Amino acid sequence: MPKSVKSPAPEAVRLAVRKTYKLYIGGKFPRSESGRTFVADGDNVALASRKDARDAVLAARAAQPKWAGATAYNRGQVLYRIAEMLEARRAEFTALGVPGDEVDAAVDRWVWYAGWSDKIAQVVGGANPVAGPFFNISAPEPTGVVAVVAPASLLGLVSVVAPAIVTGNTTVVLTAGPQVAITLAEVLATSDVPGGVVNLLTGRYAETAPWLASHDDVNALDLTGVDHPGLAAELERAAAGTLKRVIRPRAATDFTADPGLRPMTALLETKTVWHPKGY
Amino acid sequence: MFEYAPAPESRSVVEIASSYGLFIDGSFDGGKDGDVFKTVNPATEEVLAEVASAGPEDVDRAVAAARRAFGTWSALPGAERAKYLFRIARIIQERSRELAVLESLDNGKPIRESRDVDLPLVAAHFFYYAGWADKLGHAGFGPDPRPLGVAAQVIPWNFPLLMLAWKVAPALATGNTVVLKPAETTPLSALFFADVCRQAELPAGVVNIVTGAGDTGAYLVAHPDVDKVAFTGSTEVGREIARSVSGTGKRLTLELGGKAANIVFDDAPIDQAVEGIVNGIFFNQGHVCCAGSRLLVQESLFEPLMDSLKRRMATLRVGDPLDKNTDVGAINSAAQLTRIRELSEIGSVEGAERWSPECQLPDRGFWFAPTIFTGVTQAHRIAREEIFGPVLSVLTFRTPDEAVAKANNTPYGLSAGIWSEKGSRILAVADQLRAGVVWANTFNKFDPASPFGGYKESGYGREGGRHGLEAYLA
Repeated sequence: MPKSVKSPAPEAVRLAVRKTYKLYIGGKFPRSESGRTFVADGDNVALASRKDARDAVLAARAAQPKWAGATAYNRGQVLYRIAEMLEARRAEFTALGVPGDEVDAAVDRWVWYAGWSDKIAQVVGGANPVAGPFFNISAPEPTGVVAVVAPASLLGLVSVVAPAIVTGNTTVVLTAGPQVAITLAEVLATSDVPGGVVNLLTGRYAETAPWLASHDDVNALDLTGVDHPGLAAELERAAAGTLKRVIRPRAATDFTADPGLRPMTALLETKTVWHPKGY
Repeated sequence: MFEYAPAPESRSVVEIASSYGLFIDGSFDGGKDGDVFKTVNPATEEVLAEVASAGPEDVDRAVAAARRAFGTWSALPGAERAKYLFRIARIIQERSRELAVLESLDNGKPIRESRDVDLPLVAAHFFYYAGWADKLGHAGFGPDPRPLGVAAQVIPWNFPLLMLAWKVAPALATGNTVVLKPAETTPLSALFFADVCRQAELPAGVVNIVTGAGDTGAYLVAHPDVDKVAFTGSTEVGREIARSVSGTGKRLTLELGGKAANIVFDDAPIDQAVEGIVNGIFFNQGHVCCAGSRLLVQESLFEPLMDSLKRRMATLRVGDPLDKNTDVGAINSAAQLTRIRELSEIGSVEGAERWSPECQLPDRGFWFAPTIFTGVTQAHRIAREEIFGPVLSVLTFRTPDEAVAKANNTPYGLSAGIWSEKGSRILAVADQLRAGVVWANTFNKFDPASPFGGYKESGYGREGGRHGLEAYLA
């Protein structure tokens, strides 16, 4: 009931259009199939379920052969495009409280990994001088579908996703910092990254990660973002069921340091091909 | 068909003692609780020796000895560690005839294979990694890579001394110390290797050998003072080890089972392909994790290829492993023979057609005739499960895409074979196969410089080559 109809009309303030924070699966932004949300920093954010995690694995698996089969040059171009889009959306991340120098470092990290796409195979593979008349060559190939429990920070998130995808893997990423992660998903969605290469799920990783750790169609598990040692051990144990490759840093990772090759080589398989030589 | 006169290798070149203890801290001693087990010659069921079974206290002593030795061994200049490994390689070459006969006696494999494949590769492996010991800063793992500490290594019975070499050589070259458990049915060559270490004057505790069954191995890999676990064996045990190691921060490499597809296209060189198929599945009685146990034949080639394969199989000589003419030796153990028989029975029951050449098997010992199953589908257990014996499942395909899909339709991913005269087809198929080793127009080739290891549930990590160093470096 208005107090008084005679009071002057309020000055017209434009009401902001808020963003709905949803999941990022198969290149689309669906709500959680469970219909659940949780409140993070005042926003309602999709709370991913076990079914969402499974859907994300399906999307990642479907995208994997084509992404792995793309030329290394092409994957490098796509990663560089991510850097361009992230740079362009710098203000969105600073508005979410990400320090400017962290955004810069995240952009630079995409650029660094973009360059690795067509170099890593030469650095870690090559001809093997076997004792016989054989052509013998080892080359790295992607492990497949990687489930990632990502750190909350933007730089941490980029530092676990970039090495996984530059090497031709596809990912299902459980994120702790939902607004930053979904804003990064918007960067990915506008960067020519094929749908399904990166899938981002917001919510409680303690709820969804066990389903990914035991999932038969997940090939590797990156536990970098798990901050509870008991849960990390439990996930590692579940991963043993299908002999997943597990990344489990023993100490907190300094994401500002040179990452080295390990984040990439941990998600690569070495294939060695023999062929006889002769007339 | 020509008859072959027996051409037995002399057994007198090897002296086997009646009993063996554990090799801990540079000397042999009996196990603390006095338990022993017998190792038999699978070709005759004759007991070769009694061997001490290591209990928890023994494993504790071995790990403690390795821990004590680690400080000085890892601090040695790489060039000095290299010289110990070169010595070991040389001693193995000098004693290779003795060790080959020993290996054939304890394992049942033909002397032709232990003499011409196992032993030369064992020596070559030590030579190869000896050369790395003083060059680790150039291996691509940073300027100053460090050893991990004490490595617990558990190896299988199919290539006893070769698997030991694959484990011990890179571990020692990188400055780690070792507690190794050989398989229960083939402990002898590892115990002879302990004597090789003694002859090389390797410092005490750098290599420790604990013999025993699965319990000994389980206790060893779960030991809290072990930094690194390396296992070669079945996928089932590999899973258990991965569980047992989870959450401990120990580094783990696993080389597990396989169900390799050997794909023969209609443009393959048939005679070479038949040799490759035979080598792929009957080499070492099929006791090979990377054996080409699923033959995928392009439909149009099926009949001529089967005719050639059966003709070739009829010439395989099965029998005395010490006979230099023997192609297929004894099955390693009664337990393994039972498993091969069971799965083969299941193959027949599920509707596949079984064929073996006529061959007379010895009365004593563990024997299984080379066998092929045709009419096998992807749903058959003999197409899905590792038989680890001289049993080949034959499936057919029409297109390259179908061949690739069938080849990859397995939780395993250790090896694969491709037979075709068309280079572009070989390369395209090799790209799509999810397997760690792909042999094109050849099969079952191994070399210390060539990385070996699997995709998917065939395990992780690589053995051999520069890649093989990574498992032992921080």
